[in-house]
Amino acid sequence: MTTHDGYGDRWFDREAGPVVRPYAVTKGRTLPSGGASFGLIDVVIATSERQPQFLRLGPEHRRILNLCRRPTPIVDLTSEIDLPLGVVRVLLGDLTSEGMVRVLSTQKQPVTDERLLRMVLDGLESL
Amino acid sequence: MDLNHCDGALPPAGNGAGAGAGASVPSTAKILISGGFGAGKTTLVGAISEIRPLRTEEPMSDRSVGIDDTRGVSAKATTTVAMDFGRISFPSQLVLYLFGTPGQERFWFMWDELAIGAIGAVVLADTRRVADCFASIDYFERNGMPFIIAVNCFDGAARFEPDDIRIALSLGPGVPIVLCDARERDSVKQVLVSLVRYVMSGNRRTNQMSMG
Repeated sequence: MTTHDGYGDRWFDREAGPVVRPYAVTKGRTLPSGGASFGLIDVVIATSERQPQFLRLGPEHRRILNLCRRPTPIVDLTSEIDLPLGVVRVLLGDLTSEGMVRVLSTQKQPVTDERLLRMVLDGLESL
Repeated sequence: MDLNHCDGALPPAGNGAGAGAGASVPSTAKILISGGFGAGKTTLVGAISEIRPLRTEEPMSDRSVGIDDTRGVSAKATTTVAMDFGRISFPSQLVLYLFGTPGQERFWFMWDELAIGAIGAVVLADTRRVADCFASIDYFERNGMPFIIAVNCFDGAARFEPDDIRIALSLGPGVPIVLCDARERDSVKQVLVSLVRYVMSGNRRTNQMSMG
């Protein structure tokens, strides 16, 4: 249960800096496949444990899958996995095109959702 | 929806009732914290939220290359940039994120990314250097992003009346100006509450206009 805390399998720490060039993880790709665009606070959910058809899962793909077994916003995922945002987006593109994760988009326009605003207001006032 | 396989590791940053069947999907919202260098953005975010690191990347050369590159492969160099964000989890399965807008001009590319889908912005003003927040105000006005001014009252900083600040910043009468102490949680909470109330009142006005 506690064998994977996201960092436990790493022998180096943040101070050591990256040992792999960030975009090596994506094989040089800088944009997600299929032109997907993922917002910072969109929520990622792992959908199934089936094997990918076309994708060879790398360790970073697996870490993402592991983390978003519970619905997780992209910004938290990125922070947790300690890879640059652009890299995480490419990896998420891989996983969505295999149907292994779903990304629930949040609003792209200025927020006018009264329900969400009310939730935020109530939450802040209860602090 | 198949979420019945959550028997493994738990993301430590998660909120809510823990992994398991039907783990609920959080609602997410974000607020931008802007203002000049040294105005107290990081202090404000840290006063009310859990600070977490984020790595993103900065285009090194021609900005259009790579971002608009539809081939998906680019030789363009980027360099990673470390930034922080604040995170507040509420029992209602809401997670509110506070993003400080990066100060230097070379980080302008991040502003659009941060602004998309934000509730609104707090522009922190330091009365010793009022002009430092002009760029933020211009940006939010241009993008139609609702914002309020929070005047960070440092120890020893001269106190100004909100009306004087409104004139100094050439603000319209509708933009709220609140005084705050960015180190104080309660004060920061009031700032955020003011922003959300302002956004809600703005929405009501817009709805009334479109209905009338």
